Amino acid sequence: MTDHSPLWEVFVRARRGLSHTHVGSLHAPDAELALRNARDLYTRRQEGVSIWVVPAGAITASSPDEKDAFFDPAADKVYRHPTFYEVPDGVAHL
Amino acid sequence: MYGNDFSAPDGATDEAPGGLLGEVEAAEAELRAAAARGRRGGPAPDEDLAAYFAEVVDAEQKIEPRDWMPDAYRRTLIRQIAQHAHSEIIGMQPEGNWISRAPSLKRKAILLAKVQDEAGHGLYLYAAAETLGISRDELVQLLLDGRQKYSSIFNYPTLSWADVGAIGWLVDGAAIVNQVPLCRCSYGPYARAMIRVCKEESFHQRQGYEILHTLAHGTPAQQAMAQDAVDRWWYPSLAMFGPPDGDSTHSAQSMAWKIKRFSNDDLRQRFVDMCVQQAEILGLRIPDADLRWNDERQAYDYTQPDYDELMQVISGDGPCNRERMAHRRAAHADGSWVREAAAAYAAKRAEQREKVAA
Repeated sequence: MTDHSPLWEVFVRARRGLSHTHVGSLHAPDAELALRNARDLYTRRQEGVSIWVVPAGAITASSPDEKDAFFDPAADKVYRHPTFYEVPDGVAHL
Repeated sequence: MYGNDFSAPDGATDEAPGGLLGEVEAAEAELRAAAARGRRGGPAPDEDLAAYFAEVVDAEQKIEPRDWMPDAYRRTLIRQIAQHAHSEIIGMQPEGNWISRAPSLKRKAILLAKVQDEAGHGLYLYAAAETLGISRDELVQLLLDGRQKYSSIFNYPTLSWADVGAIGWLVDGAAIVNQVPLCRCSYGPYARAMIRVCKEESFHQRQGYEILHTLAHGTPAQQAMAQDAVDRWWYPSLAMFGPPDGDSTHSAQSMAWKIKRFSNDDLRQRFVDMCVQQAEILGLRIPDADLRWNDERQAYDYTQPDYDELMQVISGDGPCNRERMAHRRAAHADGSWVREAAAAYAAKRAEQREKVAA
């Protein structure tokens, strides 16, 4: 009675020009059925022009426990943002 | 399951422009705003996790699947989201009962789309529950074993076509009043699923209202059918908001965790206040002789539903409990060969690909 269909994460491109965005997940035995199920589940009202399905097990995620340490190296590099620099008055096109 | 913004065919709007659907939009905007100001990273290595969790919730930020959370918060969410998902799935039955007997092809196509939406909403919610570490198989089994509940309302029968209208207007209406605040729930995946559900539902209540409006302006027999449906669905719909605040077991903690935003009685009052004017435009009577405007409270006084009946239905003795569960179990068992065949086909295809690759 149990059903061990794997879990798939679904990404939908809403319109041409936008990137695919994660919309949710579903179960399906294979990629082809996952795509069809994703169409029926997540695009019943023309929400998308393109769908990706990815086996949930194939995703490697950063761990929330090491979130600070993991992203810390970016925190002290404010000079990566244009707002860090002082622009002398009167300079145009910069 | 259900939802809508309560707009009526002839402009019977309920409240502020945008109505409930506007509130869904607002909840979504708030979610984006909270995400934008959420510069707080993960907890520091030596930080108290419970304090960190409380800080995130108090700051109206969302808790996400891999964050630390109290076990009781996780259990409460699993119970609530699962019960909600089961309600969507069982909720297909009373309406599905009328697909083959819908009075026109148009009505039939609409009802089919609505029932398909219920299935979709069940699946969004199961997926949200699974992010908390419970599997789909377990959730399905808990329902089939009767160890998790679904909304008591679906244990009432749909006796006439007008019941499909009454379900749309009253049951979907009550559900959306309940669900719109859930769009602001502190658990990210649930809030996002609810935004999706509430947005999609904007046609459900409207279609129900339109069915009743058409019948209520038809022949005397059609009017009587519409009134009969409202008479039967009014009190069970009021009971959907759960027991009165004094008797509600989970409410206070859920409010503190920002899973729930308003009390059962507050939501019930809100629903009654919305329905009165909508009923007038339908030309149908709400079956409550004591329903009247209370100027002091700026709200309608109304008769409470029979909570003993609610408890009886919840505990398994409603008019259709056994039928609903028997139908669900049979559908699951009858579908097992399809699941097995799909799995066998997927395994065969994978094997063939391996051979080609080798």
